[in-house]
Amino acid sequence: MPDELNKSEYNIPPEMEGTVAITTLDRIYNWGRRYSVWPMFFGLACCAIEMIATAGARFDMARFGMEIMRPSPRQCDLMIVSGTVTKKMVPQVVRLYNQMPEPKYVLSMGACASGGGPFKRGYNVIAGIDKYLPVDVYVPGCPPTPQALLFGLMKIQEKIDKESISEVRWYSDEPDEGIPVPILGPDLIDLRDFPALMKKEQEKGNLA
Amino acid sequence: MNDQTTAINKINQAIIKRFPDWVQIDEREGYEGLVVETAQLIPFMEALQDEFGYDSLTSVTGVDYLPEDKMEVVYHIYKSTGGSILVLKVQVPRSNPVVPSLVSLFPGAAFQEREAWDLLGIRFEGHPNLKRILMWEGFAGHPLRKDWREAFYEGEFKPYEDRWPEGKVSKVETSNPYQENIRYPEGFNPETWIPDTEELLLQGTASIKTETDDMGLETEQLVVNLGPQHPSTHGVFRMVAKLEGETVVDLEPVMGYLHRNHEKIGERNTYSMNMPYTDRLDYFCSMSNNFGYALAVEKLLGEKYQPPERAQYIRVIMAELTRILNHFMAIGFFLNDLGAYFTPALYAIKERELILDIFEAVAGSRMMCNYFRFGGVVRDLPDGMEEHIRKMVYERLPRQVDEMDRYLVENEIVVGRSQGVGVLTPEQAIAYSAVGPVLRASGVPYDIRRADPYSIYDRFEFDVAVRYHGDVYDRFLIRYDEIRQSIRILQQAIDTLPEGEILANKPAYKFRMPKGESYGRVEGPKGELGFYIVSDGTDNPWRYHVRAPSFINLTGLREMSLGEKVADLVAILGSIDIVLGEVDR
Ligand code: SF4
Repeated sequence: MPDELNKSEYNIPPEMEGTVAITTLDRIYNWGRRYSVWPMFFGLACCAIEMIATAGARFDMARFGMEIMRPSPRQCDLMIVSGTVTKKMVPQVVRLYNQMPEPKYVLSMGACASGGGPFKRGYNVIAGIDKYLPVDVYVPGCPPTPQALLFGLMKIQEKIDKESISEVRWYSDEPDEGIPVPILGPDLIDLRDFPALMKKEQEKGNLA
Repeated sequence: MNDQTTAINKINQAIIKRFPDWVQIDEREGYEGLVVETAQLIPFMEALQDEFGYDSLTSVTGVDYLPEDKMEVVYHIYKSTGGSILVLKVQVPRSNPVVPSLVSLFPGAAFQEREAWDLLGIRFEGHPNLKRILMWEGFAGHPLRKDWREAFYEGEFKPYEDRWPEGKVSKVETSNPYQENIRYPEGFNPETWIPDTEELLLQGTASIKTETDDMGLETEQLVVNLGPQHPSTHGVFRMVAKLEGETVVDLEPVMGYLHRNHEKIGERNTYSMNMPYTDRLDYFCSMSNNFGYALAVEKLLGEKYQPPERAQYIRVIMAELTRILNHFMAIGFFLNDLGAYFTPALYAIKERELILDIFEAVAGSRMMCNYFRFGGVVRDLPDGMEEHIRKMVYERLPRQVDEMDRYLVENEIVVGRSQGVGVLTPEQAIAYSAVGPVLRASGVPYDIRRADPYSIYDRFEFDVAVRYHGDVYDRFLIRYDEIRQSIRILQQAIDTLPEGEILANKPAYKFRMPKGESYGRVEGPKGELGFYIVSDGTDNPWRYHVRAPSFINLTGLREMSLGEKVADLVAILGSIDIVLGEVDR
């Protein structure tokens, strides 16, 4: 049993060293989770190729307990948004996020996912997935190198380490409402902005 | 070059002689080709096909000539037996742009005409399924029209105005009414607006037939949706398949989920700004994308910008390495699709990493190389690189192809799942404008490097890979053949690589661009990659269009899939080898 679990206040008898660890519930809970983050097998654009390269032999994501990429959102903990999010695609991305069970994390990989990247001015491009999803870690780059992605994944692990079972949102009483899925109208309609949209249109005199 | 021009002129003259009333030479400065009477387009094309042998309609696109109040549809057509491209144009008024559809003669035009309708609003009369293809139904406006402005509009052309006027930052977001990349049309009322249902999208496939067979059992057809988030679609591609039992009876590909407005952004950019954007088209093959774009612009710039010898060789070396990389990955992912989940792909990724090392050393980036410049390449090979590449192409790569061959080619499951599946006959392949490995696996030995040589490909000895069954298995095998031929080219190129300059002119970021149009095409790993550029003499292209091979190869997907089992759809798609960055642009 790794020593990283032990808390230094407790003395373990010498004959039991290496077999017994005395630790807190938070620690063992997070320790289990940090080494089995399952990312979603979900590629959007160029960055996805570097994500796959990270899973390859040279960079080997498996060292972090993350090699199992699942195509189904129901079996994942981590959504790596790897590429440009377009208006046409964002309803699906939001839906996928809603379908992921808690605990869930979002890693925004690359310039496009983080802020629109080189295509920001495009008429069909979302300037950053954080307009819709809560992002935990941003990895810069176009595309980020596999090393950068690994660093981002280690940041996710650090974040997991700091969580406490008494505070995490997935054990709170409030139900998870999910994020409203945007609609494709004449342009993208974000339902959370709907009231503001109505007001704007009223001011313009388009509404009675 | 001059030989080619006279040859084209001769053909043009012959055509004009045959149809004096229907066509005339395009006489605008810097333009080539013929202008055809709109009303006579169909009979003219028919005759061109039958009498002159022009059977491959490779590219269809539109240009919005706002100042002249005209819309133009540009066709590029060639003979599948070889030779240069013929450029045809049809002009229509901007207020009512209606052009007869060519789908009945050239089914390969189907998606491209839909794209021109979607982005430019040119209506193709007689098109069986004219609806939007990259944007969604119900989107407001046709974005590639010159008077259409995106929500984050900052100016017609880059470079934009100062972002720090009087020391204060000005951001495009703040000037936008919703502070976001969103704009609604005049009179849009969110209360009363009714969303378009998916029904429109599924028009072709949605009518489900119920039948009762002779034993009184009722059977019903079933619509299955694959994608856009599906592990086998290589990204965000979607197929809507109608099934009868397990058999596919209809199929509709749906795309646009990665439509990043390459062309609109490209028309705002200056010429040299577009080079890094081409990297992101087919993101496996940034080097060959650079190649195509550089060729198209160099054609416009003229003789002075012909790259020096050494640069030509380096270009070929990089392009062929890219082809090897791409085909390794295509093989690996294809095996994924067959169910050999990831082990073969890991072997492919290993080779890719080694080739990427070369790219990183020469260009500074693994994937997005941005390595070519007009008139050459940006940097010379670093010390020791020649030796490294020589080792790769003489020792490592031949061994690795053989290894992959040994593991996979005679594997019983691979053979069982792919032989005789998804057949595309040679006639169909030509009709559907298929290019690259898909076309050659159907028995048409058309390779631009041979049929219409560019750069210095006429100096190398290699065979055009061709296979004759047109099934998934042949499309898989032909990738091995092409890797082997590329290795041959690489060996010759690295042995004869001359010393010398790598750039024809001083590095520059602005160019004096003459007026005119040009179409540069290369045999990319996925097929003919073409760039159509119209220059109005300014620093920014007036029209910038990419003829994307994987997009057009998808036109034949329905034909290949009809009558096959639904499980084979994935294998068929995998054998075409698409990359969504290029399909949707
Ligand atoms: S950040 Fe760069 S590499 Fe990543 S998806 Fe965007 S354009 Fe492609």
